[in-house]
Amino acid sequence: MDRSLIEKIKNDPDFQKLVSERNRVMVILTALELFIYFGFILLVAFNKEFLAQKLGEGVITVGIPIGIGVIVLSFLLTGVYVYIANKDYDELSERIKRKYMKEV
Amino acid sequence: MTKKGMFFWLLSVALVGGAFAAGGIEGNVEKQGVNMTAITMFILFVVATLGITYWAAKRTRTAKDFYTAGGGITGFQNGLAIAGDFMSAASFLGIAGLVYTSGYDGLLYSIGFLVGWPIVMFLLSEPLRNLGKYTFADVTSFRLEQKRIRILAAIGSLSVVTFYLIAQMVGAGKLIQLLFGLPYSTAVIVVGALMITYVAFGGMLATTWIQIVKAVLLLGGASFMAFMVLLHFGFSFENLFSTAVQVHSKGEKIMAPGGLVSDPLNAISLGLALMFGTAGLPHILMRFFTVPNAKEARKSVFFATGFIGYFYILTFIIGFGAIALFVNHPEYFQNAKQIVVDGITKIVAADDPTKNLIGDKKALVGGDNMTAIHLAEAVGGPAFMGFISAVAFATILAVVAGLTLAGASTLSHDLYANVIAKEKDEQKEMKVSRIATFVIGILAIILGIVFEKQNVAFMVGLAFAIAASVNFPILLLSIYWKGLTTKGAFWGGLAGLVVALVLIVISPTVWVDVLKNPEPIIKLKNPALFSMLTTFILTILISKLDNSERAKEDREGFEPQYVRSQTGIGAEGAVQH
Repeated sequence: MDRSLIEKIKNDPDFQKLVSERNRVMVILTALELFIYFGFILLVAFNKEFLAQKLGEGVITVGIPIGIGVIVLSFLLTGVYVYIANKDYDELSERIKRKYMKEV
Repeated sequence: MTKKGMFFWLLSVALVGGAFAAGGIEGNVEKQGVNMTAITMFILFVVATLGITYWAAKRTRTAKDFYTAGGGITGFQNGLAIAGDFMSAASFLGIAGLVYTSGYDGLLYSIGFLVGWPIVMFLLSEPLRNLGKYTFADVTSFRLEQKRIRILAAIGSLSVVTFYLIAQMVGAGKLIQLLFGLPYSTAVIVVGALMITYVAFGGMLATTWIQIVKAVLLLGGASFMAFMVLLHFGFSFENLFSTAVQVHSKGEKIMAPGGLVSDPLNAISLGLALMFGTAGLPHILMRFFTVPNAKEARKSVFFATGFIGYFYILTFIIGFGAIALFVNHPEYFQNAKQIVVDGITKIVAADDPTKNLIGDKKALVGGDNMTAIHLAEAVGGPAFMGFISAVAFATILAVVAGLTLAGASTLSHDLYANVIAKEKDEQKEMKVSRIATFVIGILAIILGIVFEKQNVAFMVGLAFAIAASVNFPILLLSIYWKGLTTKGAFWGGLAGLVVALVLIVISPTVWVDVLKNPEPIIKLKNPALFSMLTTFILTILISKLDNSERAKEDREGFEPQYVRSQTGIGAEGAVQH
């Protein structure tokens, strides 16, 4: 690819839309995952008593659903990403590819 | 030797090893319990994987076939293969054992090993696929100077592969010694010979399908165990957990975090190593080049995260099931007896009825790593235990094969083809990759034997720390930061590696546990926090101050790379077979 083509693609509204949307989703989801995991780790480090509380009558503690929840939430976040990407990114990048493929 | 000749040579090595295994076990049948099923299943698995290797060898003609299985693996298949690459015997037997001894703390490790996957997906999966060809160094050296960046990537990859491989080989030797009664060194040689065969002849295609077979077996076996445990307790978690609390020597403490994560600094540093280490493991990153496009790349992480997360939840149930059910099986313990106090059954030391042995690391026959194996016997009888033993063995084989392939690719693609060789010659590169496979395999066997008596527990943590401090930062910055220069990446990455190595040597994990000094020099057990920061800060600083001609080229190369990384224009395609 030569410079002028790069410039053209860079200034294409489809490309700009793809990049800004993807970066936004990337930053939000990464921040969420970091928050979930390091929030959990800090809870374990600073407030073990909170996690050791009984959930109800039995022996199950607050920590069990929270711990399993971190695993399930992480998986769900990857699902959210795939959903958004399949819905938006592929179409946009296909459109960009079709427009410029001949010039590559 | 011709290719075919070598194949049959290795086949015979493996078969001799297998026969040795069968011979070695007979004398130990009483001590080890009935293991004929294990041996039969193991031989079946070996024959099946050699079949896969033979099939794959005929389809592995080009470098692209060798490194990426032709690039035609689907997202679902790759998801299973990633799960197969990642779910090691350490995570199956080790975490089940950790849950058995400490309860909730075992879950902390599982969580740490899982949370790297969303990060891999959001930050790396699609750019990797769009920019790379065979190894992740293709991505980091996309716009930077080939030579220095490939050397850095090779140093990072090879140290990760070496430490990880030593830990796996030593674990494999000990486990097979326990499961099959085979001498340690023979076990290590059998594992080494098989992994060389898979990789040298079947390349990525064989490795991928062995990972898939192993993942299916492991997920199936673990699902059955968890199902049987839950069935026993009427599908009531309350029943399962309350029985476990009643019989475990630590009582209610197993339901909450304990001593594993003591202070915040250690917790965060270990967390960083696990999370970002996953995003810097060369054998995992390599898997993204086996799918045809970015869409399949992201799908594969989705499936992999699902399978791995599901598996870790299973190991949690398996560990608790072991606590709750072993009380009916005094035969799984050494020097133990079963007593009934106030209507509650207990397992106690034969010479000390006040010493509760449930959850004791050493009291189990074979140690706490045998938790899942004993539980398999408890819920499915000797035949099922044989099956799970064979699955554990398959798990090790698949993981070491993945590591060997990553190491060989680094040697042949990054070092030979892009640094040493003066001109591109694919046939020569293929040849080098096969020689590299033999070299790494034989080195792994030697190191596995040398380290038999050493404490290698720190090596997995170290491998993750190096991956998080050398591979991940450079990969991330090369994809997203225009200002990154060759000089910054090279020196920043090397500094991170040195900091990681120095800090781990003076930490409690090596200074006290391995070198037997009374006091550690620093309290930090995993160096990732400081080594990662070193790499990021130094790389950015040096890049910013870099005024060289090369730096100009590096920065100018960013825009074309960015366009390709975002759109996939110009990315490698798949080949049809």
